[in-house]
Amino acid sequence: MSLGYVYSEFEVVRDIQKCINCHICEKECANEVHSFSSKHKIMLADDTKCVNCHRCVEKCPVRALKIVKTNHAFRENGNWNENLIKQIFKQSQEGGVLLSSMGNPNKEPIYWDKILLNASQVTNPPIDPLREPMETKVFLGKKTDKIERDENNNIINNLSAGIELNTPIMFSAMSYGSVSYNTHMCLAKSAKELGICYNTGEGGLHKDLYEYGKNTIVQVASGRFGVHKDYLNAGVAIEIKMGQGAKPGIGGHLPGNKIVEDVSKTRMIPKGADAISPAPHHDIYSIEDLRQLIYSLKEATDYKKPILVKVAAVHNISAIASGIARSGADIIVIDGYRGGTGAAPTMIRDNVGIPIELALASVDQRLRDEGIRHKVSLVVGGSIRSSADVVKAIALGADAVYIGTAALLALGCHLCRSCQTGKCNWGIATQQPDLVKRLDTEIGTQRLINLINAWTHEIKEMMGGMGINSIEALKGNRLMLRGIGLNDRELSILGIKHAGE
Amino acid sequence: MLKEGQFRNLSGCAISGIFSKDGTAIKGDKIIKSIKIMHDRSNGLGGGFAGYGIYPEYKDNYAFHVFYDSLKSKKECEEFLDRHFEIVNLSKIPTKKVASITDEPLIWRYFVNPLPHKLVDSQLEEREFVCRCVNKVNTFIDGAYIFSSGKNMGVFKAVGYPEDVGEFYRLDEYEGYCWTAHGRYPTNTPGWWGGAHPFALLDYSVVHNGEISSYDANRRYIEMFGYKCNLLTDTEVITYIFDYLLRRKKLTPKESSLVVSAPFWSTIDKLPQNEKEQLTYLRNMFSGLLITGPFSIILGYEGGMMALNDRLKLRSMVVGEKDNMVYIASEESAIRVIEPNLDKIWSPKGGEAVIVELNK
Repeated sequence: MSLGYVYSEFEVVRDIQKCINCHICEKECANEVHSFSSKHKIMLADDTKCVNCHRCVEKCPVRALKIVKTNHAFRENGNWNENLIKQIFKQSQEGGVLLSSMGNPNKEPIYWDKILLNASQVTNPPIDPLREPMETKVFLGKKTDKIERDENNNIINNLSAGIELNTPIMFSAMSYGSVSYNTHMCLAKSAKELGICYNTGEGGLHKDLYEYGKNTIVQVASGRFGVHKDYLNAGVAIEIKMGQGAKPGIGGHLPGNKIVEDVSKTRMIPKGADAISPAPHHDIYSIEDLRQLIYSLKEATDYKKPILVKVAAVHNISAIASGIARSGADIIVIDGYRGGTGAAPTMIRDNVGIPIELALASVDQRLRDEGIRHKVSLVVGGSIRSSADVVKAIALGADAVYIGTAALLALGCHLCRSCQTGKCNWGIATQQPDLVKRLDTEIGTQRLINLINAWTHEIKEMMGGMGINSIEALKGNRLMLRGIGLNDRELSILGIKHAGE
Repeated sequence: MLKEGQFRNLSGCAISGIFSKDGTAIKGDKIIKSIKIMHDRSNGLGGGFAGYGIYPEYKDNYAFHVFYDSLKSKKECEEFLDRHFEIVNLSKIPTKKVASITDEPLIWRYFVNPLPHKLVDSQLEEREFVCRCVNKVNTFIDGAYIFSSGKNMGVFKAVGYPEDVGEFYRLDEYEGYCWTAHGRYPTNTPGWWGGAHPFALLDYSVVHNGEISSYDANRRYIEMFGYKCNLLTDTEVITYIFDYLLRRKKLTPKESSLVVSAPFWSTIDKLPQNEKEQLTYLRNMFSGLLITGPFSIILGYEGGMMALNDRLKLRSMVVGEKDNMVYIASEESAIRVIEPNLDKIWSPKGGEAVIVELNK
């Protein structure tokens, strides 16, 4: 019976007149799409294996390849779309949970795209960042209530440890194991050069990367992989991961084939064994328990490291955030439902959680209503796609943002959304040595530096246009935002006016 | 059409200030003369003055200046004042008919002290108690608006050109050691006297020229601490910021200037370690109170006056000195017209606070 057959999503189109049978496409494709037909003396392609990652297209020396979406179609149906039909075929064949990678790709509203920025005209001059200082430095961490002075009446620095960033952008958690050694190296090196931070994710910290500690946030998640005293003290801050936007309410699963020698050492688990993070932290079943972990980590690091607590944006996020703020956390991280992932059950990824824009707006307002916004910093991610998204996030009330997907795109990711296979042709989401080495760490590092510098420059241009010359005057400055095509309820949650008002 | 306070009101302006360091009395007509010459910087939609040291006979009482829309609101407010304060004296504020000043509300003045048992019951520091009472009246008693509430000082303001407003309030009959003045050029039409400047809380008064781009960041920050920005004007939020920093956080005027008009990081990085730490602390601790966008302000407070520009100096402001007198104004002409022979005149740099206080 041939019921399992589903026509491939993409077709590899080869211009036979251009093709020189050099076999580069065959060597470059870890999915084994390309092969040589000795009978016909031409290169062939097995479309069913293609994930549309563009590796062969970019490496083809004679530009003979392109990948197109197939026009093979099901009968059109407004209710049963192609994806749903294919999912049913697949599940009735294999009986498993559907897996996906990267963020929710569906066509839900993207609020960033429905928010417009202000600019100065006449009554207030715009400022030119090429001619005037334009500041993007940010401090993350809690502020105290009391000013203390010494005998000479000088103010005593009574602020607890925080994070200083040259620009309000950080690389979000991606574990060594889910991504390659070279990926981590690029993130660490560029973070150092940029004066920002990257995040280890839940995979421990490779010994080679300890030297980038001043630009590292180490993560403690439910599996506790790679956590030990030196690790906790290695970075500038510790992030407790309670949840992730792509898969709120569930843990993680790194398949054994990605647990190679070095990953096994770094994670402190046996080689080849699946690394399974439980859905909850089994020592945190309540907010009081979270407080205990926060203070355990502070004790272990002598109160020298601020603690971030990362949660997925879910329905009751503002009350949750308020609870976290009162539990001793220095920084709250909220991850929206569009956030990326190395692998998540498709149904969870596409149906659980709420947009980061709404979560951010309501958390920021709630913390202000309670008079505690200054006692905690707010970092958001999932998904921030451009410098304009960064500006909008800060104007809604964020202190800084996390980017994950955008950073991977800079490193060569083409968003084929197949990370879970471990066969990333770009050397990012893989542990196969032949694939990993394709990511040149020098080039990768430079590309990340370029990206963040470019965004920072754009942020300065947008701030200057608004007549603002320091990022703190943008933070929570919602009058600089207007909605377009939003209803009253959406505007009131975002705390902004509609364009024209 | 929306009333003042229901929309964000942007305005350009003229400001002027006079301070006598040895406390010599300055008559109110002098400040009128100064602000008058900058007539073209206002558009007749608001003018006002603040005088310090003008009520020596009541210097230990809070002087409330109140606008009432009706006798009903007056009755309601006076009942409230009776319940919370001992009223030492009350009267209409003397005015004179001026053709261009119309639609005046009822304008009353009260010299008061908090009732001791009320104050004790509130468990508040005296000035905080007064501040909260003022906010209560302004927020909850319809048609009543306390626009001046300090000791031995008073604000006088109206819709009109500032020189007409000064004449209306008969300021030539008052004298004090410090005066500030404001002529308003709003880009929306205000119809309300309370919206004119100076804006004052306790003895802090602010006159301001500019349009701050950090407004909503500042507003949303300061509102966390019990302030309510009812008027949606820059001056209101700036006054609250200074009240918060000076009275509640006990910063010095100089330190407060380093918060709202903070030096750039590039400047801070070049300073000696100790100074660098102090400035970094202030910027980090009060990041939500940095003010950006063009402004020049004069802050009046008991015994002192501070003038401050935005960090880029996007608004004109000059300072002149003659013996014990200090003059500050948007334009040099406004100083020269009252003191042609200055010892010194200069333009303070962006973010450089000019602070003058009574000789000890």
